[in-house]
Amino acid sequence: MSKSPNILLPALGATGIVLGAAYGLSQKDYGADKIAVLEAQVEQVEGRASAASTQLTEATAQAETKAARVAELQQQVTLIQSEARKKAASGNTSLTEPAPVRASGFGLGRPALPEEIAAWDIDVLPDGRGLPDGQGDVWTGEEVFVDYCAACHGDFAEGVDNWPVLAGGFDTLADKDPVKTVGSYWPYLSTVFDYVNRSMPFGAAGTLTPDETYAIVAYILYSNDMVDDDFVLSRDTFMDVEMHNADGFVVDDRPELEYTEWRSEPCMENCKDEVEITMRSVFLVETPPEGGSESVMNPAKVDGLPSFTAAGPSFIPTAAPKPADEAKAEPAAAPAVQTAAADSGGEMRKHGEKVFKKCAACHAVGDGARNKSGPHLNALMGRAFGAVEGFKYSDAFLAANAEGRTWTTEELAAFLAKPKAYMKGTKMAFAGLKKDKDVEAVTAYLSSFGE
Amino acid sequence: MDDTFKPSRRAFLRGSAAAAAGTVAGAATAGTPDPLITELQDWASYTGAGVDETPYGMPISFESHVVRRNVEWLTASPISSINFTPIHALDGTITPQGCAFERHHSGAIELRKEDYRLMINGLVDTPLVFTYDDLERFPRENHVYFCECAANTGMEWAGAQLNGVQFTHGMIHNMEYTGIPLRTLLQEAGADMAEDKWVYVEGADASSNGRSIPMAKALDDVLVAFKANGEALRMEHGYPVRLVVPGWEGNMWVKWLRRIEVTDMAVESREETSKYTDVMEDGTARKWTWEMDAKSVITAPSPQMPIKHGPGPLVISGLAWSGHGRITRVDVSKDGGITWETARLGKQGDTKALTRFYLDMDWDGAPMLLQSRAMDDTGYVQPTKEQLREKRGENSVYHNNCIQTWYVNAEGIAENVEVS
Repeated sequence: MSKSPNILLPALGATGIVLGAAYGLSQKDYGADKIAVLEAQVEQVEGRASAASTQLTEATAQAETKAARVAELQQQVTLIQSEARKKAASGNTSLTEPAPVRASGFGLGRPALPEEIAAWDIDVLPDGRGLPDGQGDVWTGEEVFVDYCAACHGDFAEGVDNWPVLAGGFDTLADKDPVKTVGSYWPYLSTVFDYVNRSMPFGAAGTLTPDETYAIVAYILYSNDMVDDDFVLSRDTFMDVEMHNADGFVVDDRPELEYTEWRSEPCMENCKDEVEITMRSVFLVETPPEGGSESVMNPAKVDGLPSFTAAGPSFIPTAAPKPADEAKAEPAAAPAVQTAAADSGGEMRKHGEKVFKKCAACHAVGDGARNKSGPHLNALMGRAFGAVEGFKYSDAFLAANAEGRTWTTEELAAFLAKPKAYMKGTKMAFAGLKKDKDVEAVTAYLSSFGE
Repeated sequence: MDDTFKPSRRAFLRGSAAAAAGTVAGAATAGTPDPLITELQDWASYTGAGVDETPYGMPISFESHVVRRNVEWLTASPISSINFTPIHALDGTITPQGCAFERHHSGAIELRKEDYRLMINGLVDTPLVFTYDDLERFPRENHVYFCECAANTGMEWAGAQLNGVQFTHGMIHNMEYTGIPLRTLLQEAGADMAEDKWVYVEGADASSNGRSIPMAKALDDVLVAFKANGEALRMEHGYPVRLVVPGWEGNMWVKWLRRIEVTDMAVESREETSKYTDVMEDGTARKWTWEMDAKSVITAPSPQMPIKHGPGPLVISGLAWSGHGRITRVDVSKDGGITWETARLGKQGDTKALTRFYLDMDWDGAPMLLQSRAMDDTGYVQPTKEQLREKRGENSVYHNNCIQTWYVNAEGIAENVEVS
């Protein structure tokens, strides 16, 4: 590895041209009258050759300097490599080092302003530090809860569908299926306040006022029979509340109870006499090419399966008829081509589909859509207000139904923009879509679904 | 963010041609010349895709079944839910970002680098705010770590439930992260780093998913990461910045990290009290169960990966990992735990990272009860489901690191079972 040839090349090139000229001269028979001219030219050529020679000397000197530098660097590389070998020998197998630190810091970032800290640092500690000013009583809490929370958690905090149950479940923690609620399980009240305050309602986090949060928490406590109906929650009463399961937790004791036992050389041979299959998979899971999964109950029983000993399986079951499933297990063929939606209506619907994710927690639309904590939205346009069978509407929607109102693009747009203002008393805990484009897009998206 | 695979028309046509050719080849036997060889194939004659066709590549359409999948009935809404890495179809150890499992509490958010702010406050000399560009100026490190949800295998406590390793063990991924040691940022703000202090971390999404980390861990190996497998984090994994908490449960790896607060006690947030605590048989619960204990599973054969080739050479392949350190050994049993053989590790195990293991065998076509058992450098041996239940009962939901059993029948079809 030397750079010398590259450095020398330009100098050698120049010399080559000069020598070439001299060679040409020797091959030609010129007249004597030309001799003077030729001599002058030879002089010039010699002069250039001399200059080139000087350049060559300089280049050689430079090259030598560079070569010395290369040798020096190579020496350094050798040194580093030998250091590395030493490190490798001592068990440190690489030149990696932790990222360097500077005692005085890197001087990056800027001081956080008090307003910024106040906006983000809202956590509430178990001893109540961090609670904001404000208060809320049980009855106000019930109203706020029904407005913002009941769609998922039920009017009485009993939980809708798979959404969390917030009340009850006392003394079930040792049962087969424990019911873990604020009442039965949560050890700190601060957690309830902090979580409601920062993360609820689902889909409109951070929109509750401190008074609303206090009131909701007071109502959750009341629905767990933990406070009376005249209770008012505030910073002053916060520490008076006793959590049912406050003493129900122990700090991770796996090191003492498990690791001590499970850190021994394991058995390799004749570890058991016989092994039987005691249970088969409850769900058979299919994986359709379009994604997701479909699980069906496994009808097969453990009867008829071999047991195992060190000698192998007790018998080899005769092959069952080829399951039709095998074909399905083959990799899916190329998915069907979807024609690109080039028209702007298609673009709008596509954007609407994206924005609709905000709604999808509570509303289903499309093939097989069913009611979730909100009604399904198939064939929405032209449908009467509050008309989906089996859905428990708010009084507001039932009244609108009685008035004979039906969904139109305009009605939907107004509702989506400001749900609570448009339909006072709706259970829908959604703050509304701020951008007109989003409203238009969701309207276009929903309009594209029929029955 | 649109994850659906939309092949171009040309790609689709090529796909159909290949599928048709594949059918013909399938019929070829040893005695018949294989038309895939004897006949000129389209792809050997026509030209293929140009370099301008796919600026950012997706897997070829034939692999479009290798995707994250969810189980709809597990949760109330896909926005607060989980999906599973297709570990049955992967090999090696690195999980491609595009199929690495997702867990969100309020959905995955789109947060631009320009809009990103990270605050560090609490018990610090100077509360600071960093932009994304600021973070790229701190010295950074590269590490490969696994991230496993505490609830991985959680459905299996009460019995064999879901028939597929993707569903029983797919809440895990393993990536190479580039990030800043958390201790660097703590030092920058002049944090109180006393042993009894805590670092509370939260995300910028609607759930914020706050968690408390004891100072010792924060100063040890926690990273504030912005790259995974060499490229920017994906939206669903916390773009532009997430926390990496090596060896500890995935819920603590806060995504869209927006605030780091030094506190004098654990915040006892929702995610560390009502969730991610483990109910024991007597109704008491363990809290602060952060470490993911050593665990392994055979990824093939498995229910989604039946043996299709009949008797003869068979590669048994699987993954092992430990939140306490390196995997030092994996044993495999073919008879439900009577006899064990030590498997070959694909590569020397890295600390708190996935290790691939193989057992190369000749299958005689007899049924098998396949199990794997991991050991880490603390000497810990992965327990059986029975051992775990004896200590914890069946209600703890989280931290199920039991030995998994697949029953493989004579046709090579595998099923999730439990054994005596």
